Order: sequence, then C-alpha cells, then structure tokens
Amino acid sequence: MTPSREQALALLEQMLRIRRFEEKSAELYSAGKIRGFLHLYIGEEAVAAGVMPALDAGDSVIATYREHGHALARGVPAEAVMAEMFGKREGCSRGRGGSMHLFDVSRRFYGGHAIVGGGLPVAAGIALADKLQKRPQVTACFFGEGAVAEGEFHETLNLAALWKLPVLFLCENNLYAMGTALSRSESDTDLCTKAASYNLPAFSVDGMDVEAVWSAAHDAVDTVRRLGIPYFLELKTYRFRAHSMFDPELYRAKAEVDQWKKHCPIAAQTARLEAAGALGAGVIEAIKSRIEAEVEQAAAFAEVGTLEPVEDLERDVYAGAARPKAERSP
Amino acid sequence: MKRTTYREALREALREALQREPRAFLMGEDVGRYGGSYAVSKGLLEEFGEERIRDTPLSESAFVGAGIGAAMAGMRPIVEIMTVNFSLLALDQIVNNAATLRHMSGGQVGVPLVIRMATGGGRQLAAQHSHSLEGWYAHIPGLRIVTPATLEDARGMLWTALQDPDPVIIFEHLMLYNMEGKLAEEAGAVDLDRAAIRRAGTDVSLITYGGTLGKTLQAAEELAQAGVSAEVIDLRVLRPLDEETILESVARTRRAVIVDEGWKSGSLSAEISTRIMEKAFYELDAPVARVCSREVPVPYARHLEEAALPQIPSIVAAAKGVMSHA
Repeated sequence: MTPSREQALALLEQMLRIRRFEEKSAELYSAGKIRGFLHLYIGEEAVAAGVMPALDAGDSVIATYREHGHALARGVPAEAVMAEMFGKREGCSRGRGGSMHLFDVSRRFYGGHAIVGGGLPVAAGIALADKLQKRPQVTACFFGEGAVAEGEFHETLNLAALWKLPVLFLCENNLYAMGTALSRSESDTDLCTKAASYNLPAFSVDGMDVEAVWSAAHDAVDTVRRLGIPYFLELKTYRFRAHSMFDPELYRAKAEVDQWKKHCPIAAQTARLEAAGALGAGVIEAIKSRIEAEVEQAAAFAEVGTLEPVEDLERDVYAGAARPKAERSP
Repeated sequence: MKRTTYREALREALREALQREPRAFLMGEDVGRYGGSYAVSKGLLEEFGEERIRDTPLSESAFVGAGIGAAMAGMRPIVEIMTVNFSLLALDQIVNNAATLRHMSGGQVGVPLVIRMATGGGRQLAAQHSHSLEGWYAHIPGLRIVTPATLEDARGMLWTALQDPDPVIIFEHLMLYNMEGKLAEEAGAVDLDRAAIRRAGTDVSLITYGGTLGKTLQAAEELAQAGVSAEVIDLRVLRPLDEETILESVARTRRAVIVDEGWKSGSLSAEISTRIMEKAFYELDAPVARVCSREVPVPYARHLEEAALPQIPSIVAAAKGVMSHA
C-alpha cells in the first residue's frame, strides 16, 4: 500500500507543520515563555506524520515525553498544545502536564509519558479493555529504543503476545537514549530480534522516509486489527537537535549529526514530490504560509491564555464531587 | 448471622463484584488455576471463566499497568498482588501512573482501579514477605488506602472501592485470613471514608488499623482489668485520614497511643502523632506514645519475629505509660 499523491502531499505538510511548531517552541523556550523540559522532535517528523493516518478515530495513542509531533498529527489543536507548554488553563492538560504530558481524551490521545517504558503496560491495558469490550480498535504505543532496556518493555511484549492484545508497539529508534548510544546499552542492537522472541511480528522501517513509514504503519495496523494480535515496528530515525534544551551534546560528533541531516525526511519528501511533478508553482509556499499562520496563532493564543487560580491547586487529584457516596456505613 | 472467615468474606466480595459489575475482572499471579496464594479467589475461575479471572505472568509492572490502562478505557479491574513486598516491582505504575494521571491530564483521565495485596508479618516468612508498607502508599496523593480489619470490612470494602473513580489499594493483613467470626447474611458495601471506634473508652485512645486491631482490642481488655478504660480506634482508611474521629476521641480521653506494624521512622504513626500535636496539643495530658515494629527487616526466627512486631504486652505497657503522666 502506498499513499496517493494527495496523501503524499498531506504527509509533507504534516512534517512541515511539526517542524515549524518545534522551531517556534525552541524560540519561545529561549524567550522564557516555555519552561521545564522541552524535547524537540526535529528530524523525527516522518514517524508521527507517517503513522497517525493509519489509525482511526476510535484507536488509542500512548506517546512519550517527546510527543508534540504525535499530538499535532493526532489532531490535538496546536493552540491547546502551545497553551499547555505556557502553563495556561487553556492547555490540553490545563497546564498541569506541560510539554511532556499532553493529553486529549476526546481523541483517545492518552498522554505523553515521561518514565521511559512506563507507557507500555498502560497501552496493553487499553488494548485489553478494547478486547474485553469487543471494540475492534488498535492501541498505538510509541516509545524510544531506550525503553528496550527497561523491564517493562519485556514484560509488556510478553503479556501482549500471550493474551493476544491489539497493541502496535512503535519503537522510535533514534540511536540515543538521552546520551547513551544504543551500542553502549544493548548486548544485541537488533531490536526486532528481541521483540520477535516474544512471538509477535517484528519489522523495521526507514523512519526518515515518510512514505515507507506510512506504508509500514498501514500494514501493521491492518494486521493488528484483523488478527487481534500485537505487532512491533521499529522506526529508524535520528534526532537533529539536542535531547532537551539543557543538553550540550557531548556524546555525539557534529559530523554524525550533519551526515544524518542529509537524510532529512522533509527534504526527501519534497524532492520525491518534485520529481513526480506534484509540486506546482507556489504549492510549498502556500503550505508554509498556512503553517506559519497556524503556529503564530497558537503562540498568540497561548500568550493571552489565563493562569489557573492558585486556590484551585489541589483540584483533579481525586474525582472529588464526582465520587459517589457509599451505600451504607459500617 | 453466619459463621465465616476473613478469607471467605473477601471471596464473597469478589463474587458479588463479578456478578453485579460486568466491567469487573480479577487478574494477578496465581489467582485462577492455583486459587490465589492465600486462597482468596479459590473457585472463582470455575465460576467466572478465564476471561474474568486472569492468571498473569510474574510481571507486576506489566499487569498493574495493564490494570491502569484497562481502567482508563472503561473497565473496572481488580488486580491482586501477592504481597506488598512484590508490589515494589510495580511502584512505577502505581506511583507514577495510577496516582498522577488524573492530575497530569488536567482531570481528563480517571483510573478506577482496585489493587488488593497482602501485607504484614507473623508467619515467619522473613524480610521479603513480612513488611508493612501501607504507610508508604498512604504518602501518595491520588491514592486511597484502606485496611479491612474486620469481617464486615473484608466483605464490604471491595464494592465501594469498585465504585470509586480513583485508584484504591486494599491491604489485607496476612494474619487475618483465617480469622473466624459471625457476619450478617445481608452484609454488604461499607464506606471508605471514616475511622470506626471499635471499643469505647474514656482514659486513653488506642489508634490502630489492620493486623494490629485484634491485639489492640485484647490489650484494651487487659487494661480494663487493670482499671484503665481504653478506647480503640480502627482507622480503616489510611489515606485520606479521618482526622475528625481521631481528634474527637483524643479530646475526650486526653491521651493517645498509636499502634502500627510499620516502622516508626518517617511513618504513618509519625503522621498521626504530628496531626494530634498540631491540632490537639492543648487537649493532651501526656505525650503521644507509639508501639511500632522494631527498626529491623523482619527476621525469620519465631522469637525474633515476635520481638520485632507490636505485641499485646507492649501496647499495655505503652498505655500504662501515658496513664502515669499526671
């Protein structure tokens, strides 16, 4: 399965949109508008952009702390994401989560999770709930290759395969767990071998090629939905920017980063569409100008957003008034 | 009234939950084929089938996390962890996910999950199966911590926990499973909010919960024979604490002894003592006393284990100690 010309163009637009959003976020971080940790997705856009169109509205998504791109591609409005990073009440998590914890339950976007590997068991549980309620849905669970070293990866793949849970495990292999190279943390760097040992389909795809990701994700989602089994898809990608805004990048050579930048997924998709004659005069400019307006609007929306009153600090720890009274006393 | 045991009361509660709530299911290590490591779920696999009584691999983090995800997505999972010591393998899921998701998502995600686990010492199971870590869990905002110490609570806490939109952890003291007694035929759901006064008294408030309730009631009986009228409070809920019942009792008796199988340092007993100091300092006729486990990993040898855990004589002595203050 390959994307139509229209779909291929939409993939390019989504990647451009994520990149511009991330560039703006970095700028606003430097300006002090966004604080805390900020993990940029620049370089990895083909993964979220290519995977999300394979899911339907009833499917669920679990993401990591580097999840702005996933949220945007899933349809969470850029305004709500930006307002969240500004710590505003209009943010998609009311300013309680920040960059690492974007949530939008109306889109079954069950969050950015900031404990490496911690989202995997939760994804298995969402899939279990779908299965028990006879809903033909897929849970897409994104995590980095660093999670493969965590026990929760192994426990969850085993459980999901044993119980035939419809989870699509999406391993975004950008080669570095913060600053630790894969080869310095794994006895066997072939992640598909590890995943396949749990008796589920395991494939790898070039995560810098958005059409390849799109095709692989459609195949994977189709398999999970049709057979009701888990599936492991490795997406080989690379992070062009530092791990977070605090990272001095002492662990990798500039030449290596430059080499990977030659495989920029946006440049590659642009070249592909140009070669196919799909980019008429002014098409890219029109896309970029739409994106610019959206991102500027998101920043303006976040700027005028409101701060939650401190008196509300302790809300949403428990359901509070929503908690039913006990049937009777002892 | 019928004769029953704590174990059977817990099982009846599980049966009721599975019969009345179609979204409920039980999962954990050896809950099905084996019948539960403390035999609580014996027979439930045959009655409810493998879809609802789910034996899990030895993967505490995965199956607790799966319970969280299933709860988020519309089910009402009941997860059994064999003992509190094993629950440490799932701390990431309990503390970083179950307790935080509602807040971190700005109120969008609820985790209506029930976790049951055995806690406590007394069966010579040594230092990896005997600890009382419920006080640790009571430290965490976002969780509700309950400790059934009676047949009524063993029978009634689960149903109420299952109605709660937030995670509830039920701690079952392992020395209680064989406890026998009478239970009303119509016994059912109980509240998860209030402490209960299990014995009324006027001279000293003995504040306890879970596995030490029985010992504390026996100590109160001995104290009565010595002319001391002890009130016994069963906390029932460790988080949120029913401060009102504690303070009201202490205001009457003017003396308090806290009996807790947890260690003293950084503990639930320290928390209760501090709240009494903060809010009832001028009501007190004596400093608050504590009877807790000695500060050692619980040892195997019987005489040493007995010496490590709170016992009736030490409760009696502590109560007499606070009575000796003018």
